[in-house]
Amino acid sequence: MNIYAKLAYTILGFLIVLNWGFLMGATMRKIGARMAGRHGIPFKQPWINLFKSISTRTVITHGIMYYIGPVFRLTGGIGLFLFMPMVFTGSPDGPWTNFSFEGDLILIMYFNVFGMLGMALGAGEGGHPYAAMGITRGLAQHAAVELPLTLAFLSIAIQFDTFSIYKIVEAQQGGIMHWVLFTNPFAAAAIILAMLGALGHSPFNLVKAPNEILIGPATEYEGTYLGFMMSAGATLHVMEAVLFMNLVFGGATSWLELIVKSFLIYFWSVFVGMVFPRFKIEQSVTWFFKVPLLLGVLAVIIFMF
Amino acid sequence: MKELIEKLSSKYELQEVVYQRDNLVFAAISKENAIEAVTYLRDYEGYTHLVMMSCVDWIEDGKYQLLYLLHNPKLKNDIGIKVYIDRENPEMVSAHHLWKSVWTYQREMHESFGIVFPGSPRLEENFVVEGWDETPFMRRDFDTHEYAEKTYFPRGNRKTNDPAEYMRKKLYPNQPVTAKQRKDDK
Amino acid sequence: MSELDLNNKTSEMLANSEANVKNSKKNFTRPEDEKREVVAPDGSIIEVNPLYDYFSNEKPKEEKPRGGVVEKFLNWARAESIWVLGFGTGCGSIEIPPLVTPRFDMFRYGVQMRPTPRQSNAFIISGYLSVKTLKRVIRTYEQMPSPKYILALGSCTINGGMYYDSYSTINRLDKYIPVDVYIAGCMPRPEALLHGFVKLKQLIKEGKAEKANEYARNFDEYKANQKKIIKDWNMPDYNW
Repeated sequence: MNIYAKLAYTILGFLIVLNWGFLMGATMRKIGARMAGRHGIPFKQPWINLFKSISTRTVITHGIMYYIGPVFRLTGGIGLFLFMPMVFTGSPDGPWTNFSFEGDLILIMYFNVFGMLGMALGAGEGGHPYAAMGITRGLAQHAAVELPLTLAFLSIAIQFDTFSIYKIVEAQQGGIMHWVLFTNPFAAAAIILAMLGALGHSPFNLVKAPNEILIGPATEYEGTYLGFMMSAGATLHVMEAVLFMNLVFGGATSWLELIVKSFLIYFWSVFVGMVFPRFKIEQSVTWFFKVPLLLGVLAVIIFMF
Repeated sequence: MKELIEKLSSKYELQEVVYQRDNLVFAAISKENAIEAVTYLRDYEGYTHLVMMSCVDWIEDGKYQLLYLLHNPKLKNDIGIKVYIDRENPEMVSAHHLWKSVWTYQREMHESFGIVFPGSPRLEENFVVEGWDETPFMRRDFDTHEYAEKTYFPRGNRKTNDPAEYMRKKLYPNQPVTAKQRKDDK
Repeated sequence: MSELDLNNKTSEMLANSEANVKNSKKNFTRPEDEKREVVAPDGSIIEVNPLYDYFSNEKPKEEKPRGGVVEKFLNWARAESIWVLGFGTGCGSIEIPPLVTPRFDMFRYGVQMRPTPRQSNAFIISGYLSVKTLKRVIRTYEQMPSPKYILALGSCTINGGMYYDSYSTINRLDKYIPVDVYIAGCMPRPEALLHGFVKLKQLIKEGKAEKANEYARNFDEYKANQKKIIKDWNMPDYNW
C-alpha cells in the first residue's frame, strides 16, 4: 500500500478513535448517572470541556518538563494507536493496520507505561505536594497492574509463537472458539481482571478521582494542558480496550465490531466500578498481587511445558 | 456535696457557695488559692475531668470571673470553682500543668479577653481571628457594631420586618387585625 | 499605561503595604519572612525579601475578549461547561452537595465540581465570610485561570445578613472581589443556586461576565480594601 494512503488512513483512524473515546466516556458517565437516577451530563459535554479548556486565557507554566508531561501522555496514546492493528482485513498491509510490525506487542507494552512516566515528570516539576503523592500512588498501582498483564501477554506470545499482534488476531479468526478467551483461559482471566486497573475505573481510580483530597498528577494542570490530558485520556481508554480486544476477544473485522467490542470491554470496568467502592492503594496493590498475578503465572507455566 | 464544701472550706476561704442542683455546686475562691484548690480536687477528691473553663466580663464590678468546671466520673457530680480577677490588670495563675486542654482554653481567653496566663504554652498564637490588633473582641466595652460599621463597608438602608406582621400585610391586606394577633405581636 | 508607569505603581503599592504593616499595632510577619540581608558563599551581601522573591508579583493584566464569532463560540463553550471549585466558605456550602443528587442534578446543566483552583472557573462564595476565610478566598481566586466567575450565595455576601454587626465577618463581598451573580436568601434553596447557574450562563453567553478583567483594571482599589482588613498580610500581593 502507498505510504501516503496509509498515512491518510492512520489520521482518519485517529480521529475516529479520539471522538469515539469522548463519546464512550460520556456514555459511561451517562450510564453511571442513570444508575443513580440522574439525567447526567449531555453527550456533547466532553467536546465542550475540551473547547473550554483550550479557551482559557491565563495559563501558567512551571517549566519545560511541565509542558512535556501532557505531551508525553498524548504521545503514549498516539503511540499505542500507531502500532496497533485496528481492523482485521485479511492482509497485514491492509488499510486499518496502521504501522504494526513483527514484535509490536513489546513496543505497545512500553507505550503503556510511557504516558504515566511523562505525567510523573510533569507533575514533579509542577511542585505541588499532592501531585507528587498522586504520582507515587499511580506508579505503585501501575506496577501492580503491569505484572499480571505482562505475564498474560507473554503466555499469549508463547501460545502463538509470535510477538506480532496482527498474527495473534489472525490466529483467532474463524469462530468464537478460536478466541484466546477459550484457547488460553488463564491468560484471558488474568487480563480481564488486570484490565480493571489498566482502564482505571472505580475500584482502582484513587489516583485520579476528583473528589479525593488530591486529584493526583493533574493537580496543577489547567487550560490547554488539561485539554491535552483529556484527549490523551479518551485515546488511551479506547486503545487499551482495543489492545485487549485484539489479544483476547478475537480482534475486529469492521469498525462497527471494534466499536461494539471496545464498548463492551470498557463497560466491564464501569460495571465493576458501579458495584464496588473505591479501593485504597495498598488494597488495590495487594488485590492485583493475589488472584491476577497467580492466574498470569499459571498461564505462563501451562504454555511453557 | 455538703461534705465536700465543708472539707474545702476548712482549707480555703469559700465565698458565694451556691447549691445549683443535687449534683452541682459553685464556690468562689481567691485568686491565690484557686489553682491549689483545683489541684486538690483533681488529685484527692476524684474530680479528674475538666468539663470547661469560661470567662465572664463583669464590667460594672471591674472584674473578670473565671470558672473551672470539674466533673467527678465516680460520683457523677460537678463542682464549679469561680475566681474573680481584676479587670484593669487581668492576670491569672496558669493551670496548663493540670490538663492539656487548659492550653487551648487559656489561649482562647487570652485572645478574646486579653487575660494573661504567665507560663502557659502557645499563649500568643492565633486562636479564632488572625491579625487582631484592636481591643480583645469579647470585652463588653468593645462595640462590635461600631467596629463593623467602621471597617466592613456597610451597605446601609438595612430594614427589619417582623415576619408575621409583614406576611399578614402582604397576604391579607384588607383583613382587620384581631386582638389575639395584636397580643402575639407584642 | 506604559511599562514604566506600571513599575512605579507596583513599587508604590509595595511601599504602601509595608507602611500598612507598620501602622498596625502589632507586627504579624514571621521572622523567617522578614526582609533581611544574607551573606553569599563568595562574600557578597544579598538582600532577601521572601514574600516578594519566592512568588510571582506581576500584576494581573486585562485580557481583551477576541470578539466576533470565535468569541461567541468560546463563550458558549464556557457557559456550557462551568467547573465549580469545591471550597465551602460558610454555612451555605451545605446547599452545594444536594446539587449532585438525583433531585437537583447540576450535571445536566454542564456544571461540575473540581477539586483544584487551577481547573475551576467558577467560585461559589457560600454564605458569611470571615476575614480569616477571605484571605484564603483571595489567594484561591487569584490562582484560578481567567475567565473566572464568582457566585455570591446568601444575604451575608450582599450586606452582611444576620452577621452585619460582627467583628470578624465582612459585609459586602464586592468591595474585595468582583461578583458576577448574587443569589439572595438565607439560605437560598438549591433551586435558587441552580437558577443562579442559569443566570450566569446567560451572562457568559451575552459576553457580560468579564469580571476577571474588572479585577485587573481596579486591582489597586481591590488590594487596598483587602489590605485594610487583612492586617497580617504575610503573602505576596498577587500570585498565580
